[in-house]
Amino acid sequence: MNDSTSDTGGKSITTLEKVKASLGKRRAAELRFQAIGLVSIMAALLFLVVLLGSIVGNALPAFTSTYIGLDVYLDPEQIDPEAKRDSASLAGGNYDACIKAALARSFPDVKDRSQKRALNALTSSSAPYQIRDMVLENPGLIGQTRRFWLLADDTVDQVLKGSIKRSTPESERKIKDHQLDWIDQLSSQRRIKQGFNVTFFSSGDSREPESAGILGALSGSFLTLLVTISLSLPIGMAAAIYLEEFAPKNGWTDFIEVNINNLAAVPSIVFGLLGLAVFINFMGITRSSPLVGGLILTLMTMPVIIIAGRSALKSVPPSVRDAALGVGASPIQAVFHHVFPLAMPGMLTGAIIGLSRALGESAPLLMIGMVAFIVDVPEGIRDPATVLPVQIYLWADSPERAFVERTSAAILVLLAFLVCMNGLAVYLRKKYERRW
Amino acid sequence: MLIAAGQGGAVFTHNFKIWLLTVVPMEKTTLIFLILVLAALMYYLARTKSVRLVEGRCSRLHSLPVYYGNYAAMWFLFPGLAVISLWFSFEDSILTHLIVSGLPVEIMSQSAEQLGLFMNDVKNVVNGTSSESEDVLRAVGKYRELSSTSNQIMAFVTLVVSLVGGWLAYSRIAPGFHARNHVETWVRYLLILCSSLAVLTTIGIILSVLLESLRFFNRIPVTEFLFGTSWSPQTAMRSDQVASEGAFGAIPLFMGTLLISLIALSVAVPVGLLSAIYLSEYASPRFRAIAKPLLEILAGIPTVVYGFFAALVLAPAIRELGSRIGLDVSSESALAAGLVMGIMIIPFVSSLADDFINAVPQSLRDGAYALGATQSEAIRQVVIPAALPGVVGGILLAASRAIGETMIVVMASGLTANLTFNPLEAVTTVTTQIVTLLVGDQEFDSAKTLAAFALGLVLFVVTLVLNIISLYIVRKYREQYE
Repeated sequence: MNDSTSDTGGKSITTLEKVKASLGKRRAAELRFQAIGLVSIMAALLFLVVLLGSIVGNALPAFTSTYIGLDVYLDPEQIDPEAKRDSASLAGGNYDACIKAALARSFPDVKDRSQKRALNALTSSSAPYQIRDMVLENPGLIGQTRRFWLLADDTVDQVLKGSIKRSTPESERKIKDHQLDWIDQLSSQRRIKQGFNVTFFSSGDSREPESAGILGALSGSFLTLLVTISLSLPIGMAAAIYLEEFAPKNGWTDFIEVNINNLAAVPSIVFGLLGLAVFINFMGITRSSPLVGGLILTLMTMPVIIIAGRSALKSVPPSVRDAALGVGASPIQAVFHHVFPLAMPGMLTGAIIGLSRALGESAPLLMIGMVAFIVDVPEGIRDPATVLPVQIYLWADSPERAFVERTSAAILVLLAFLVCMNGLAVYLRKKYERRW
Repeated sequence: MLIAAGQGGAVFTHNFKIWLLTVVPMEKTTLIFLILVLAALMYYLARTKSVRLVEGRCSRLHSLPVYYGNYAAMWFLFPGLAVISLWFSFEDSILTHLIVSGLPVEIMSQSAEQLGLFMNDVKNVVNGTSSESEDVLRAVGKYRELSSTSNQIMAFVTLVVSLVGGWLAYSRIAPGFHARNHVETWVRYLLILCSSLAVLTTIGIILSVLLESLRFFNRIPVTEFLFGTSWSPQTAMRSDQVASEGAFGAIPLFMGTLLISLIALSVAVPVGLLSAIYLSEYASPRFRAIAKPLLEILAGIPTVVYGFFAALVLAPAIRELGSRIGLDVSSESALAAGLVMGIMIIPFVSSLADDFINAVPQSLRDGAYALGATQSEAIRQVVIPAALPGVVGGILLAASRAIGETMIVVMASGLTANLTFNPLEAVTTVTTQIVTLLVGDQEFDSAKTLAAFALGLVLFVVTLVLNIISLYIVRKYREQYE
């Protein structure tokens, strides 16, 4: 190549000079470009940190709750006026009155009716059940005075955690000044303590934040996922085996393949519409049951399992099949005795990832009535139930600050399950991965 | 136990009756379990028979003994399971029909919706709640009675069918019988059936969405739905009110969806693409090994978590920021939902783009370097144009994801239809409306609920087209460099 010269304004510049002149600029552009790339990755990761950080920060207070210690006289007149002592009459006892009496004894100077009501509001509305359950377990307690650590109302809890500030004017606070005084009195008598929030893990949903728990949603999720696993895993694997190993290359199998690829990308809410129209309206399966939820999630997970299964089968070298066929195995024996076991870890890895997606899914389940307010913990796949992600959605709608905490805590639990499942998938892949 | 020979028969029939009474009125799960256990027994019997027939010299059998066992077990299991599943799918509607036809006239003459509510009450009581209405309690009694009869008949029919099937198979077992071929044919059919389920799902989606949409379009013309600009599906309480049928012009929803998806894409495409470029061209292997899985975590977080974050953290923050600089930001602004959705789909863009950038042959890069290009010039002028089809495919997939995304917009965007392109205002989307129209509603004949299916149809068609185009592009592109 010759040095070409160009004539600009009577002064001649060689290309080399031009290049040299622009070199600084180009180097700067290079660095800029690289920096932009790094910044965008960092931005995405920063968001991840902010997201998880804000959720963990919000969630931590939910793992403790506040208890008020009261010396409750278990008045036989209130609990079991007819002295029958059988579980039916004990369950119907007026435990609320016992608590009210105990509170009145602790604060004898409270006389006014509205004041009394405010005083009674310090304990949770579920506190009577706490006493009832203990009495049902041990009826001999009746007639005694005992110190019970009763669940406090969520406003008390929020004051102690600092979410409701004492500095805000009384009219804008959910808790009044005299209630704060009572709380101070109780804590000076060491009758307020914060303990691990057992309720959160041991009870179902509730309108009262302090007695709301995720057990119902967890067992709903478990049952739904059970239905999903027991259907999608065998069906998905069978379909993968057929499509990869036996299917003749023709229009029909092409059609199935296109179908599966498309199903994997159909918005989840459309599956909800399908479930509503087919499973509930046409087949008449109970609304809001884990059975319907599981069926819908099966249809959603299946394409993922099939796609992952096929790539796992594809990675098994053909020599394995050839060797099996060579010693006289039938094609089905070759696949089921030799290829399938080798592809199994890969198939399972894909399946677990698909199932973890199903565990976090909520949109289609909204359609089939799993958003109903359900207090009882479901025990079978036909009981009305909700699942963890839907419970998160429901709680996120509640205005109480205490529910924001519990929503975040539920999210943490959900994420913990997802991390476990994905961890299992990674472990399987690492342990059984074979390179041929 | 000593039983005199003469009494033996009588005792046996007596025992049989007791057995029948204890076994027959049983639940479906018990029945399925019993069938499975009996099938295992059948397997064992048939296997033993095949071995016995050749006096233990198995090489004389056509197939391995296992296959004879499987053959008989299969013929025992499949007919029984078929009966159970048929019963399962039709029992409820038949029972409901029988009960409704036996109800007092004044209840029967009610509208279909009220009958449905009545039947719901009945089923709730059957499942354990209590009710005061005598009609309900009477119906519950009848329901219990009918369903126990139905269970009895089902158990009987299932067992008979299974036993007949199993016995026929058992009697066919002979040394020359080609059991393996039979079993393998069945296995093959089973595999085909499983893989056809994907097609059935698609057909199910299309049929269910299409049929309900057609019912909707019978009431509301398609043109009004697609081109109308006013959306207020809440039907009026009184029939003399204006617009008692509601307004079903979906343009505001389409625009809302478009707005939020555009915001999402304008976050996801640059960030995703630049991250992919950095990861595949600049990053050290160690950095890549850490950053790539971390980025992909973003795709694994459940969408309800993003929705929570958008609604409770980001939206208030944006509102606060807006009020500081004097802007009036809605608390359900499209911006918050769009931003969070954009972050969610970053991995979709970045991982596909990463794949395609890596697929560009090194020779193209080397050529550019040889001409004196810097690395960034090579990337911008050679690598990206070469990878463009794949990248576009990835973006289209991300777009279809954004359009179909539900939870983020349900939680963070508005409910009222607003025809605006201002990202600071609240807009509503197709998916949000589907959820709000259907959640909590149990009747399926109002235009309101049917509208949800029409919206679902639009959503399905649009995402399907996007998916097909992007899958086509991606596949074409993969072939190009292979």
